[in-house]
Amino acid sequence: MNQPASAYFIEDRHDPNETHTLAVLVQNEPGVLARVIGLFSGRGYNIESLTVSETESQKHLSRITIVTTGTPMVIEQIKHQLDRMIPVYRVVDMTLTKRSIERELAMVKVRGQGEHRVEALRLADAFRARVIDATTESFVFEITGNTDKINQFIDLMRPLGLVEVSRTGVAAIGRGPEGM
Amino acid sequence: MSDKSHDPNQMTGAAMIVRALIDHGVKDIFGYPGGAVLPIYDEIFQQSEVQHILVRHEQGAGHAAEGYARSTGKPGVVVVTSGPGATNMVTPLTDALMDSIPLVCITGQVPTHLIGNDAFQECDTVGITRPCTKHNWLVRDVNDLAKVLHEAFYVATSGRPGPVLVDVPKDVQFATGTYHPPRKSDVHRSYAPRVKGDATQIRKAVALLANAKRPVIYSGGGVINSGPEATKLLRELVEVTGFPITSTLMGLGAYPASGKNWLGMLGMHGTYEANMTMHDCDVMLCVGARFDDRITGRVDAFSPGSKKIHIDIDPSSINKNIRVDVPIIGDCGNILGDILQVFKAEAKKPDIKAWWQQIAQWRARNSLFYKKSNDVILPQYAIQRLFELTRGRDTYITTEVGQHQMWAAQFFGFEEPHRWMTSGGLGTMGYGLPAAVGVQVAHPDSLVIDIAGDASVQMTIQEMSTAVQYELPIKIFILNNQYMGMVRQWQQLLHGNRLSHSYSEALPDFVKLAEAYGGVGIRAHKPADLDGAIKEMISVKRPVLFDCRVAALENCFPMIPSGKAHNEMLLPEQANDEATATAFAGGKALV
Ligand SMILES: Cc1ncc(C[n+]2csc(CCOP(=O)(O)OP(=O)(O)O)c2C)c(N)n1
Ligand SMILES: [Mg+2]
Repeated sequence: MNQPASAYFIEDRHDPNETHTLAVLVQNEPGVLARVIGLFSGRGYNIESLTVSETESQKHLSRITIVTTGTPMVIEQIKHQLDRMIPVYRVVDMTLTKRSIERELAMVKVRGQGEHRVEALRLADAFRARVIDATTESFVFEITGNTDKINQFIDLMRPLGLVEVSRTGVAAIGRGPEGM
Repeated sequence: MSDKSHDPNQMTGAAMIVRALIDHGVKDIFGYPGGAVLPIYDEIFQQSEVQHILVRHEQGAGHAAEGYARSTGKPGVVVVTSGPGATNMVTPLTDALMDSIPLVCITGQVPTHLIGNDAFQECDTVGITRPCTKHNWLVRDVNDLAKVLHEAFYVATSGRPGPVLVDVPKDVQFATGTYHPPRKSDVHRSYAPRVKGDATQIRKAVALLANAKRPVIYSGGGVINSGPEATKLLRELVEVTGFPITSTLMGLGAYPASGKNWLGMLGMHGTYEANMTMHDCDVMLCVGARFDDRITGRVDAFSPGSKKIHIDIDPSSINKNIRVDVPIIGDCGNILGDILQVFKAEAKKPDIKAWWQQIAQWRARNSLFYKKSNDVILPQYAIQRLFELTRGRDTYITTEVGQHQMWAAQFFGFEEPHRWMTSGGLGTMGYGLPAAVGVQVAHPDSLVIDIAGDASVQMTIQEMSTAVQYELPIKIFILNNQYMGMVRQWQQLLHGNRLSHSYSEALPDFVKLAEAYGGVGIRAHKPADLDGAIKEMISVKRPVLFDCRVAALENCFPMIPSGKAHNEMLLPEQANDEATATAFAGGKALV
């Protein structure tokens, strides 16, 4: 690349992006989520998915699961940047451990009649989605699975009268007896 | 009356704040009052252990506290009011974050029941300052205040130092609660910066150092932050290994400028020998520096043939810009001690005579050369005279930002750490004058000089009034080139010499301005007058504005043009129009 005249060096690295799922154990205190999100927006990192909830109320611990993309160097930076925040206990790269399970829950509203309605039910059954609300012209399905499975289900519902989707984002946990 | 009224630890939030300052050994604080901190000011009024320095603008308080912190190694403390008081602190907090300076900033906030109501002088202080502090807190309960204040001091000063902020609503300042002195449990269990370096990594580092043919030590502000022991060990390591050493802008003084292994500063305006040594080395030991873009130049051509060892207390500094071979996380004093111990036990001084011969050739290029004149004062000459005439004195230097800052770094030799206060990471014009105020408060009998530019100095000139009020005899040595010289230099090099808004139009008469503030004004026009005028400045025991009229169009060299590698420096003798045009050839986009 021809360098434009600038006070900064303009880099064009072509390292491929990777997707990583990070589990972040934090002190549950006011502002902690804002700190994490602010870090991502402030430093230009991507958030593909983010979930957070208190996991141990006595110890005031929350677990944040973040799916992010970046070059290997950026992913390493993200982990260090998270880890050095005062209320952060641990950062675990679930993708690197290669032994993690990821799940997401989605609620999918579909509206239609006749053949479309029957087809939607049939597909829901195949995907082990549950009907959690129904009217004569609509269903709400509840589906859990990994992100790909949910994406696929939503794609299939689209021509059948997809109205709206609400997703929780990804939660992840390691296999085996050990905790993080 | 209940028993509690006799408990000495029962007190108001405002009293707790002053009490915590005393418990943390704070002698001086910088601040500015306002509605949301009046209870604190009332407490300050009723005691004499903590001295409060009243500034003229909250930004001044922040930079003064930075100067105080950098020149003492102790945290700087600031108290400001809510809303505009807090927003005026954003620049110094960001500055301190970039340069790893421990600051504790206490802000007043509107009463808790009004938070979120757009109350008078309300702003989301913790929201605004979250990205520019190492950590911050909003205290909603007076019984949390002691814990938070103690933790604030700990976080600011431990690990990689930095600024912290504690936001205290006015009702919390009035409320009575229980204070406790600092204790370990005040700190988040999740915060435990690593101090000791990994032994295996240290052995790997020593093996590299012991077998180096073309080594270099590249040190930074982290060595100075680590404390006097780190400086001592760094010097010892240079002695024991015989290696050449260069440093970042922030690291000047850790190794003495008069030391025989000193290469001068590296980076964009570093010396030719420092940058060439970095480029051609086979082993690089980076201690407490962070490979920032002013240092590396073009990253994909940065020191291509070297094995890199990186010592840093902040794991996020490792592999951020440059991939290193042996990262060692921990306190650099601690790790330098371990490296020395292993080196002395197991290695001997490598023979690097050929490398020193090569370096001598680079040195011979004399990259800091400039043409002297009998008619006009060259800015480089002014710094050299200032250096010579203050030699042997107990001197502290602060700077503003621009060409004068780079010339100060190039031509003023620092022999000791903590003597050089400059805004490196953020590059904040207006830093130097209030920083000098802070340094002088900490060192009342020392000679404190702000090497300033005509444009920068006007950004915080109001702190002259603070200096006069507290009889702080700071010296503001303005290299007056009547330009925003550094901006003009870039416009000349990169923007077809179109000098858009970089001329300092309508400059004040700095001598009269000094007098208007109750200080002393001195002016020098000619090289022949310079020494006498500098001596006069030194002998005056009052604040001085020194208007040093220098050659207007002088530019700062050597220089690594953007997008170039260390071995593609532009030297002063090459800086004619044609060579510069080629060096900076490229598009015209400003990025
Ligand atoms: C607060 C702030 N605004 C703008 C800049 C951009 N800037 C960098 S150097 C400079 C000019 C400084 O002029 P002067 O203080 O006269 O110093 P000189 O370069 O002439 O020595 C400017 C505007 C900055 N660094 N800081
Ligand atoms: Mg100027």
